[in-house]
Amino acid sequence: METSSHDILLIGGGGAGLRAAIAIAETNPKLDIAMVSKVYPMRSHTVSAEGGAAGVIGDDDTIEEHIYDTISGSDWLGDQDVIEAFVNEVPNELLRLEHWGCPWSRLPDGRIAVRPFGGMQKMRTWFAADKTGFHMLHTLFQTSLKYGTLTRYDEVFATQILVDDGRACGVVGIELRTGKIRTIMAKAVIVCTGGCGRVFPFTTNANICTGDGMALCYRAGAPLKDMEMVQYHPTGLPFTGILITEAARAEGGWLLNKDGYRFLQDYDLGKPTPTPVFRSMELGPRDRVSQAIFGEFEKDRAFHGPYGDFVHLDLRHLGEHKIESRLPMVRELCLKYENIDPVREPIPVRPVMHYMMGGIHTDIHGATSLTGLYAAGEAACVSINGSNRLGSNSLSELLVFGARSGKSAAEYVTNGYKPANQNHLLAQATDEEHRVEEQFLHKNGGTERITKIREEMQKTMESGCGIYRERASLVDSANKIRELKERYGNITMEDHSRTFNTQLTQGLELGFMLDVAETIVHSALNREESRGAHQRRDFPKRDDNKYLCHSVVHRSAEGPPRIEYLPVVITKWPPGERIYGRDH
Amino acid sequence: MADTIIIEVSRFHPEHDAEPTYQSFEVPLRGDWMILDALNYIKDNLDGTLAFRWSCRMGICGSCGMMVNGVPKLTCETLLTNFAPGPIRVAPLDHFPVVKDLVIELDDFLGKLQKVRPWIIRKDERPPAREFIQTPEQLEAFKQYTLCINCMLCYAACPVYGLDPNFTGPAALALAERYNLDSRDQGAAERTDVLSQHDGIWGCTVVGECSVVCPKGVDPSLAIQQYKLSATKEWFRTWLLPWGNK
Repeated sequence: METSSHDILLIGGGGAGLRAAIAIAETNPKLDIAMVSKVYPMRSHTVSAEGGAAGVIGDDDTIEEHIYDTISGSDWLGDQDVIEAFVNEVPNELLRLEHWGCPWSRLPDGRIAVRPFGGMQKMRTWFAADKTGFHMLHTLFQTSLKYGTLTRYDEVFATQILVDDGRACGVVGIELRTGKIRTIMAKAVIVCTGGCGRVFPFTTNANICTGDGMALCYRAGAPLKDMEMVQYHPTGLPFTGILITEAARAEGGWLLNKDGYRFLQDYDLGKPTPTPVFRSMELGPRDRVSQAIFGEFEKDRAFHGPYGDFVHLDLRHLGEHKIESRLPMVRELCLKYENIDPVREPIPVRPVMHYMMGGIHTDIHGATSLTGLYAAGEAACVSINGSNRLGSNSLSELLVFGARSGKSAAEYVTNGYKPANQNHLLAQATDEEHRVEEQFLHKNGGTERITKIREEMQKTMESGCGIYRERASLVDSANKIRELKERYGNITMEDHSRTFNTQLTQGLELGFMLDVAETIVHSALNREESRGAHQRRDFPKRDDNKYLCHSVVHRSAEGPPRIEYLPVVITKWPPGERIYGRDH
Repeated sequence: MADTIIIEVSRFHPEHDAEPTYQSFEVPLRGDWMILDALNYIKDNLDGTLAFRWSCRMGICGSCGMMVNGVPKLTCETLLTNFAPGPIRVAPLDHFPVVKDLVIELDDFLGKLQKVRPWIIRKDERPPAREFIQTPEQLEAFKQYTLCINCMLCYAACPVYGLDPNFTGPAALALAERYNLDSRDQGAAERTDVLSQHDGIWGCTVVGECSVVCPKGVDPSLAIQQYKLSATKEWFRTWLLPWGNK
């Protein structure tokens, strides 16, 4: 086993992790920073974000309006103190990206251009064509290269967070190239591992989005929050689940059913107009638009395809020039993956699991319940998104809370830190090495294929815990997940080698996903109301008396997870009706 | 059209192989499958030991570059049916050390990327309180070079890199030029040291294969030629006109 130690360790090298690393280096240039990532940082899933990053910049826009849009978008489950801090800090974060070289799209006079986005009442979404996440990630990654205090452990797969005396003290990881176990000790750990879309069968998420950090923290004793809040994006390509950005609708695209009818008008989202109107019709929030598409499926007003029902996203009236300049990637993806040109044909789309509003429970500084352990980005739940995230708030979130968690951790290790007992950590690491060997590398016999368990998990999550849920479907999924966890103990391994063993990583990821899936199902089962993305057929109304609170889910030694409730922070915006497409 | 196709996959395991060998698998030939879907079919159903990288499956993360019938391709956006009736040969990217099966080592590129200083360099210490003004035309001057996804197809196609691994190579040079041409950057002079060395730009013999295989429409060859031109001008200015207005 190889051992090393640093001041602060980041798990995950996507947008949040890289932003945190830069924040640490700026807060205290003497700190020794390490970054562990199971992929090279520029492969992280931030790369796939398309539409943009929201931040108030326009003369006609105000901080208050972005706050209100985010709170009402969250169906009042977002914490208002956090949202206020977030909205205030975003513009400066986006400017810093600009100073670091992010190729933001521009107005003719050279200032930053912004575009409308769903659920937002003003134009405030900064964008780099429709490859915003890609450009932000590469800008952050390339900028991070200038800091000599950052040591990267690329393609090291974290399997456990080390904990001593109630404090996070590092990780155990497998170096994929050699299969060597590494113990990387640190005074503080920041988890920025992204989402868990691969728990579901049909998702925009990359192969790597397996909820690793969520499960690592949960196992280490830090609870997760609002895990029932799963976002379906309205427009994914059938079969692949590849995302067609909301920017396509913000630029003026229409959603049509099989009769060519703009059906959103039937779902209390406003009246159709030739050009987009803020917070109306195609610029409604994602939860409501996805639910409307699902409604068309149920009324049999959608198209039937080999991969399920779909509706049309029509961009033809925008013209080739606008599509090419504002939405080049949409065109590229449609041509490559559907063999259609959106300039000439409508795009087939269906709702697709896209984003996890829930995640590792943190406070406004990015600190989890465990001393020395921080989290940011999609892996975390601060929470600004509540029960429904607005499009273009997540790229902004990873910047603001990446930076905040980096600063908090830097201050903690500079001022409040107490050294850990190294022997305790090494003993834990040795145990973890034995676990990995016993469960996977030296495993003989076993009858269950990893692939099979994964597919069954994904299927039960979609059938029981999709856009609409009810008690019976959730109980079925809970039982199924418990069964799969048992069968997981009996997996069969074909690859016992050390070198780049991707069957080992698949096995470890499946273990993480089963834990995360269980927290999603049980949180959804316990919340007996409908709010935002969490729609219960058996409890169709929002219930502020009982559920104006976050679900906080803890791991139990045995049996199902334990759920507690934490009141939502309400400051100036009392819960009200979410109104889209009409005056309020 | 037959309903299956044969894929010959390069297998190499450093713990027990001296040389790579090809192994054949029969996979469904489906109209909407990419090469990557076929590899996942093999991994999930036929041989769980096969090693390859992939992630976004939408041509933007840059993980899944491989040689497909001898040509560097992103396997997530290369249709299986393009190669019917087969067989199809899939191998790791040329010119890189192989870790296992289809997985290559990237360390060399990451070192070179850092060497070209791919970040904004400014003389003034404090950035402005607002954005740098950059017109759409100024953005256009470097935009195509920002589109590089670091997929390494250009290195696999570059005959110069194949012969001389010290050559900085297309993607790193295109990214250097991306910053040199950015109106916000003032670091071109600092980058000159690295780029003007023998293994910097001068290694390139203008074969142009890098630009042909780029899946994102980046033209590294043009970047290198642009840079050669400006470096030559700089050289003349420095050495032939010592009395001139430097």
